[in-house]
Amino acid sequence: MPRRTMIEAIRDAMDVSMGRDDKVVVFGEDVGFFGGVFRCTQGLQAKYGKSRCFDAPINESGIVGSAIGMAAYGLKPCVEIQFADYMYPAYDQLTQEAARLRYRSNGDFTCPIVVRMPTGGGIFGGQTHSQSPEALFTHVSGLKTVVPSNPHDAKGLLIAAIEDPDPVIFLEPKRLYNGPFDGHHDRPVTPWSKHELGEVADGHYTVPLGKAAIRRAGSAVTVLAYGTMVYVAQAAVEETGIDAEIIDLRTLLPLDLDTIVASVKKTGRCVIVHEATLTSGFGAELSALVQENCFYHLEAPVARVAGWDTPYPHAQEWDYFPGPARVGRALLETMGA
Amino acid sequence: MADAGMLRFHVPEPEVRPGGTPDFSNVPIPKAGSVPRPEIDVDPRTIRDHAFSIIRVLNRTGEAVGPWAGLLSDEELLAGLRHMMTLRIFDARMQMAQRQGKTSFYMQHLGEEAVACAFRKALEPGDMNFPTYRQAGLLIADGYPMVTMMNQIYSNEADPLKGRQLPVMYSSKEHGFFSISGNLATQYVQAVGWAMASAISNDSRIAAAWIGDGSTAESDFHSALVFASTYKAPVVLNVVNNQWAISTFQGIARGGSGTFAARGLGFGIPSLRVDGNDYLAVHAVAKWAAERARSNLGPTLVEYVTYRAGAHSSSDDPSAYRPKTESDAWPLGDPIVRLKNHLIALGVWSDERHAQAEAEILDTVIAAQKEAESHGTLHAGGKPSTRDMFEGLYADMPPHLRRQRQQAGV
Repeated sequence: MPRRTMIEAIRDAMDVSMGRDDKVVVFGEDVGFFGGVFRCTQGLQAKYGKSRCFDAPINESGIVGSAIGMAAYGLKPCVEIQFADYMYPAYDQLTQEAARLRYRSNGDFTCPIVVRMPTGGGIFGGQTHSQSPEALFTHVSGLKTVVPSNPHDAKGLLIAAIEDPDPVIFLEPKRLYNGPFDGHHDRPVTPWSKHELGEVADGHYTVPLGKAAIRRAGSAVTVLAYGTMVYVAQAAVEETGIDAEIIDLRTLLPLDLDTIVASVKKTGRCVIVHEATLTSGFGAELSALVQENCFYHLEAPVARVAGWDTPYPHAQEWDYFPGPARVGRALLETMGA
Repeated sequence: MADAGMLRFHVPEPEVRPGGTPDFSNVPIPKAGSVPRPEIDVDPRTIRDHAFSIIRVLNRTGEAVGPWAGLLSDEELLAGLRHMMTLRIFDARMQMAQRQGKTSFYMQHLGEEAVACAFRKALEPGDMNFPTYRQAGLLIADGYPMVTMMNQIYSNEADPLKGRQLPVMYSSKEHGFFSISGNLATQYVQAVGWAMASAISNDSRIAAAWIGDGSTAESDFHSALVFASTYKAPVVLNVVNNQWAISTFQGIARGGSGTFAARGLGFGIPSLRVDGNDYLAVHAVAKWAAERARSNLGPTLVEYVTYRAGAHSSSDDPSAYRPKTESDAWPLGDPIVRLKNHLIALGVWSDERHAQAEAEILDTVIAAQKEAESHGTLHAGGKPSTRDMFEGLYADMPPHLRRQRQQAGV
């Protein structure tokens, strides 16, 4: 099976979707001729023409707003916001319009759009190239929120998102674009070509939205993670030697609660890890759900390891990013060690 | 250069406030028939004056004059009059229903009936409007059932939107009426996207975007103009300038631009200003803009100069911020009276027939209201189910909503 980077997998997902369905259109800033600042749309304009893949004005509200109109017409726009940090001008369109169109019109109009946005830190991106705004989407009724962690899932989830009849926020951890990253910034990065999840089948396949994946089976503690933090958790588990079960959530909403609850009931402990800031982050929702559903099975408080409640700094990158050392400490504390 | 001294902050004010005497003498009203009608493929740069004048067809004596006249038959005009009268009577009944507690909220169109009613008749089946909350004339003129509108206003068991939406936030794909949102201006750029999709699909359908004078200040107005201009989208960009955004006079949104139509010029979009209380002028300009869009000539911006004669909504009291008699002083008059006088001048209408038609329409509206009320009003009778609250958010209900629906006991 061919190995691809996450960039190539995402591009392949759009290529496959555009080839199968001429209603799929792709646009955003620098997405057309140039192929995207991260190369995710390279070659699509040449292959499908300017009416299927094109450059947009620098106007996020316009990109999402026009995509909503296109979806109401009957197209399936898959648009790009260059960085998740720049989605805020489109937040009105996403939360008040895309999310509610089906509901408020009782299905008269629907909004099958996908909004791709590179997310997350660990790249010296500073305050506006590092944010993880997923909680601002999971709090919105009517949206689905997806965060892949590897090329195989990225392709399958993106095709599923494009085919989904509802609006999907597709957050791509840009730190994972070229290879997995476990937080050890001082070590060389392995490319996806050396990782089994870099194996990406040709042609059409989907990874269903709303289904988590168990990345490491274990019995001592459940780790809930997504995106880059999946690899950070794996490193922390290896370094502490704790027999943790690592769940890659993949879709934050709808959430695969069954997999989470089954795991925590088995392990009796839970550590939640995300890059986003702690307070009111998605980890708070996860923690509450675990507490509500696994109360009598819990042997320790649910722990959260997250970004600090500050804007994402530049120079202090590795003091901010929740790396394997911090996650490892939380694992040890949760185990009572 | 002389010393300018300290900086001074400028906040525009309307000419007159409550207690003052309304005065529109500074509003230049060109003579009917005086603005030329360009070809639809005109170079926008050559018709810049159209963004500062007012296209008018009906003169003071009710004659249709000039190059924009002559598009509509007597039958079409009589139908137009009926639509406007229906909307006004519908408004009056629903305003009263709100006062009687049968619904929580209502918004009238008083004085603006010509804009949406005449515009609708310039569109073809399949075209899509992206209206604000003050274009119900699009539905009335397209024959959308009044009972269904009332069911929505009453949020009753027959409400097509299942009680989820505030009154007047209608939706009808079938009638080319996009779902209304409370968030101002959002639909303006969505209309452009819809039009882009039609062009991408090599379709022949066009979109119409709607916005009020106040909401042109929203970012999405700018977004829409950029996208429409860049992609030459087949869209008519309508600005209904009724002078007021709740309590805020149009100068706050317009600033120093002179007119709202002038905003389009910077985007290279042909921009026209039209007498919004002149059914014939509205229709003629709408037709011109629609033909441009359908001929791949791109977007047109149209500013309808009108006056919001009623309160902003059932929750608003205009006497707190403008003279009570201001609408009487409005120089473009009343759209129904003007079309009525034109039809009388043509010899196809009379005061008697008008009074008779008013009574007939009132009967029809009352009958529709009775039927709607048989399905319930907001606080009495049949209502949408609690289940309806959970359904229809996603195509398939996700597990967490299913759990919450269960918790709600439905």
